[in-house]
Amino acid sequence: MLNKRRVFTLLIPFIIFVIGAVFLATPLLKGSDPSKLESALIGQPVPEFTLQDIYDKDKQHDASIFKGQKMLLNVWATWCPTCYAEHTYLNKLSKQGLYIVGMNYKDDRQKAIRWLNDLHDPYKISLFDKSGMLGMDLGVYGAPETFFIDSKGIIQYRHVGDLNEKVWNNKLLAIYEGMQ
Amino acid sequence: MTLLNHVLSLTALLLLLSFMLFSHNSHAAIETFDFDNAQQEQTFHDLTKILRCPKCQNQNISDSNAELAKDLRDKTYELVMQGKSEDEVVDYMVARYGNFVRYDPPMTPATIFLWLGPLLFIIFGLLVLFRQIKKQPAKETNLDDQEQQKLQQLLKQHAKDKKS
Repeated sequence: MLNKRRVFTLLIPFIIFVIGAVFLATPLLKGSDPSKLESALIGQPVPEFTLQDIYDKDKQHDASIFKGQKMLLNVWATWCPTCYAEHTYLNKLSKQGLYIVGMNYKDDRQKAIRWLNDLHDPYKISLFDKSGMLGMDLGVYGAPETFFIDSKGIIQYRHVGDLNEKVWNNKLLAIYEGMQ
Repeated sequence: MTLLNHVLSLTALLLLLSFMLFSHNSHAAIETFDFDNAQQEQTFHDLTKILRCPKCQNQNISDSNAELAKDLRDKTYELVMQGKSEDEVVDYMVARYGNFVRYDPPMTPATIFLWLGPLLFIIFGLLVLFRQIKKQPAKETNLDDQEQQKLQQLLKQHAKDKKS
């Protein structure tokens, strides 16, 4: 009896080690990337802003464009190679009928327009955020980023990195379908 | 003669290259902010040290050369010049980038173990120690009369040896 207890006591450090190992190994094996941060704006409405349309300097947009239907807000730039990589997939999603708003982030207007003309424009509305003002309010820390916004204009999710077939089917489709 | 020429031109080239390199570096490091008073300057410098760059995760925004860090420095400057306090600027950043931007994380359910962990560890250690001590019977009482006598004798002997 006493012996059994002693064995158990001696096992405690080993048990603590196993718990620690599982705790540390889980995110590693799941392949979660520590450079991908969760947005601080989840559950909040899109911040107020006034930005020019990318094609037309005189046309202004504000936060009311995010109300009425669920949609994606894609943050992109011509200086961002990953944005180039995901552009084909954005076109595909757009063809499937998804409402996607584009936000050109800290970029050159002419280059951006040329990009959209050459690669096809998947966006229903294209915002031009030259100074990164809306980008900062949204907590954007790189490109591409894609925000999932429900019909009430509330941010439900943010995806950091490119959109592709795999990540869309494995994870993002369910989030999109789950939104009102 | 040609060799000397070669060496000379090579040296000149190296000098030029190193000059370009250095001038480039120093150019990147210079970034001037003008302040109304020393207080504002201090607040700004403190803030750029305690705010963490979300892009380059192990640097604060004063260390980092990333484009985003520069934007955050500019924003911090703008807010400080508007007369915002240190806490207000930190709140502004946390509202956008989350608690990740703070090098000094607040106590939340997710981080509570950072504070309680060491405390629990010490308490656990003390408990184990106390139990261990309690288990050990006092050593002195183990000697019977005969052994006690022998011990006294040995001690006396030892004292004598020391004197002589």
